[in-house]
Amino acid sequence: MKTHVTTTVNGATVEFLCQPRQSLLEVLRDELSLTGCKEGCNNGNCGACTVMLDGVPVDSCLVLAVEAEGAEIETVEGIAEQGHLHPLQQCFLEGAALQCGICTPGFLVTAKALLEKNPQPSEQEIRFGLAGNLCRCTGYDKIVRAVQAASRTSSES
Amino acid sequence: MSTEVAPDNTSDTESPATYKVIGTRPVRHDGADKVTGKAVYTDDLHVPNMVFGAFVRSPHAHARIVSIDTSEAEKMPGVLATCTSADLPDPWDKVDNLGEGCVNYAHLSGNVLARKKALYKGHAVAAVAATDSYLAQEAARRIKVEYEPLPATMCVQDAMKDDAPLLHDELITHTLDDTPARPSNIASHIQFEKGNIDEGFAAADVVIEREFKTATVHQGYIEPHVSVALWNEDGRLKIWTATQGSFVVRQQMAELLKMPVSQITIVPCEIGGGFGGKISVYEQPVAAVLSRKCGRPVKIMMQRDEVFEATGPTPASFMRVKLGATKDGKLTAGKAWLAFDAGAFPGGVIGPGAMCVFSCYDLPHATVDGFDVVLNKPKTQAYRAPGSTHVAFATECVIDELAERLKIDPIEFRLNNAAKEGTRRVDGPVYPRVGLVECLQAIQESDHWKTPLTGPNRGRGVACGFWFNCGLKSSVTANVNADGTVTLVEGSTDIGGTRTSIAMQLAETLGITAEDVIPQVVDTDSVGFTDVTGGSRTTFATGLAAHEAALDIQKQMVEQAAQIWECSPDEVTVADGVYQGNGKSLSFKALAVEADKVGIPIVGRGVVDPQCSTNAFAVNLVDVEVDPETGKVTILRFTVCQDAGQAIHPSYVEGQMQGGSAQGIGWALNEEYFYGDDGHMRNASFLDYRIPTCYDLPMIDTIIVEVPNPDHPYGVRGVGEVPIVPPPPAIANAIYRATGVRFFELPMSPPTVWHAIKGQTTGE
Repeated sequence: MKTHVTTTVNGATVEFLCQPRQSLLEVLRDELSLTGCKEGCNNGNCGACTVMLDGVPVDSCLVLAVEAEGAEIETVEGIAEQGHLHPLQQCFLEGAALQCGICTPGFLVTAKALLEKNPQPSEQEIRFGLAGNLCRCTGYDKIVRAVQAASRTSSES
Repeated sequence: MSTEVAPDNTSDTESPATYKVIGTRPVRHDGADKVTGKAVYTDDLHVPNMVFGAFVRSPHAHARIVSIDTSEAEKMPGVLATCTSADLPDPWDKVDNLGEGCVNYAHLSGNVLARKKALYKGHAVAAVAATDSYLAQEAARRIKVEYEPLPATMCVQDAMKDDAPLLHDELITHTLDDTPARPSNIASHIQFEKGNIDEGFAAADVVIEREFKTATVHQGYIEPHVSVALWNEDGRLKIWTATQGSFVVRQQMAELLKMPVSQITIVPCEIGGGFGGKISVYEQPVAAVLSRKCGRPVKIMMQRDEVFEATGPTPASFMRVKLGATKDGKLTAGKAWLAFDAGAFPGGVIGPGAMCVFSCYDLPHATVDGFDVVLNKPKTQAYRAPGSTHVAFATECVIDELAERLKIDPIEFRLNNAAKEGTRRVDGPVYPRVGLVECLQAIQESDHWKTPLTGPNRGRGVACGFWFNCGLKSSVTANVNADGTVTLVEGSTDIGGTRTSIAMQLAETLGITAEDVIPQVVDTDSVGFTDVTGGSRTTFATGLAAHEAALDIQKQMVEQAAQIWECSPDEVTVADGVYQGNGKSLSFKALAVEADKVGIPIVGRGVVDPQCSTNAFAVNLVDVEVDPETGKVTILRFTVCQDAGQAIHPSYVEGQMQGGSAQGIGWALNEEYFYGDDGHMRNASFLDYRIPTCYDLPMIDTIIVEVPNPDHPYGVRGVGEVPIVPPPPAIANAIYRATGVRFFELPMSPPTVWHAIKGQTTGE
């Protein structure tokens, strides 16, 4: 038995059929081909699958796809607008804040949510805000600096 | 904060070069793909008609496999194939070097799917393919395996005892001594000797000997192992996979499946971290066999607990290190006894561990004994400077204690004894020009060192680290386009920005911009043989190949210029990417446009196999604060200094230094496999196997020292691995100064530190 779900993903209305046991992560990746969110642990520990669900960053591996009914979802694919990278994406690139890149989509979604809530976070606030996202390559230094740079960019614009 | 330092004492041949591209920080070529979610990792693939595989794994740490019954699973609708070790060809003893260690294919085959015995909890025993992943997992549960459990041995010291349960009945120790008559769990005993240690210790005024233990730790890449295999009806096999080395996967597949390499294509997708753990094959041969049996592409992706329990962690160790020094601070002798757990099959990382134990110092007299010990844990694998972190913990803690006993500043003591050009390592090689002294001096000159640390429960520590870095084979081709850009085709999988650091070397040689090079990592049919992305070799060796390809292009461009300008090629000169001859002058790009109209296509080729080590050294300076109530250690300030030879893209060099340091900090303070008495790992998740988060770390300051490598046209040394080496001892030495307690065991987690502080105050 599959359930019919209607939801909004990156501003567009989307319908899909899913099994009740399927996670939002599985449906985004396997049914909707939005493979930007990644599976690192499938139990909410690594944050690589982070998406926005009704304005709140969530581990999409811990959300059932049926819970997306009527919700607004944003994924990493929705961060760049009209052919232009978001300042956070630009700062990640200019600041070399990624190495293998598997955790990057999760960090970008979490960091965007953080800056929308707190446009001028301190270093400690950034570190606390990103603590649910694991990165094994960078040691986080350049990620924190990229978020700081993006925060400065948006305050200047 | 980042700093770049050129050595003061550069000789005439090492005058600092001025570069146009090298040393700049362009945006990486694959950057836009990776910040928008478009980059394709293996699990992002949905190959048409694809089905899904799942493993059956041993619930026992050690057990004889009595029988495997797949019949019930095979009857389930949607189940397409099952597979056990009986589906793999009989393996034979053949040893190959995979770049960061050797593999015996008989052992590898037995690790991929257990044969007569399961040798660790999680050891793959069977597998199944089905039309969806849930069904595959359900079918795996219906495969009935009958086991006869056997006693397990879980720690190195126990496994070495005469009465320990044997993993392999036929394993006879490989040794320089007399070959033992009886089998044991000791796979090999290696020995190095230099000078005469009795003489050396007799000359010492102070001798210190300590015992050290380190826990099993995992590389902890965020992307689980994942592959898609398609075994076609014509016998050709194609595998999309997450690997550090597409050609070494091809080589392993050919050996395990007994088929020619030409029948196999490996497509390396973007890879989500490796650190040495994605060189050996695990799921690839199984996905291939399942595909052959069901005639459809099969994807297998491991769950996180499978990654922890059944892929290569790096070993636990037990070590004794003894060092002697004169009262004026000269080391006289060293003796090391090292036992590393290899996991369930021989061939751990004891070799490099034994070679690295005294590699930072000029020791006139030394002996090293190393033991490769099998036990009932997953087969260990390389992890960033494999073996070197273990031994640096031992040696650098004893060095620190010696310096303290002799009342000599810890950096001065290290400078007094530092390895330099001409120093012979205990295992034989003599160093060419290396940069350890410059790194120590740069730390002495740093703001961090010059700023005193104050406050209670705080301490500062120093430590050094070494890693060889290797050369090995790399191939590239480079095609000049009609618009004057160059497409660079390479076989080195890009884990941390090497597309760009390789492209920058091609650009520098040709006199064009980094953006005018379009690098592509391609499959094994589309480029010449290239060894693994490992051994810190990629920017060095594949960069060297790119430089060769650029010179090849330049030669062809000169010929075309001569043709266009109607002069002899000898009359054409090239400087900074400008070609001149017969009174005419054109930039590379302009000449490429002209050449495209009149000449044959220009294709450059670079193939290299440098045999040298490029010898990387790093030094850490770390300030910690220890909470006496909980034993929690907080890193207040961390500086890593490293000799990069020449930093091609400084941001990505800093990134390697920072990332390696963070892994070293995790190893020092948190990370360990907890095993129950049953040999089961108790913490096989990222929640309980705790790698550092953003909130656990400070900014990591970097100082890049550049002592050019004499074996590379731009002076490049590898940078990837050595930064993981010094953090554990640097932190141990800092904790000592904060608490007055020396630690001899990793990790120095809160309970361990708390108990030690408590023991000190209560006199226990």
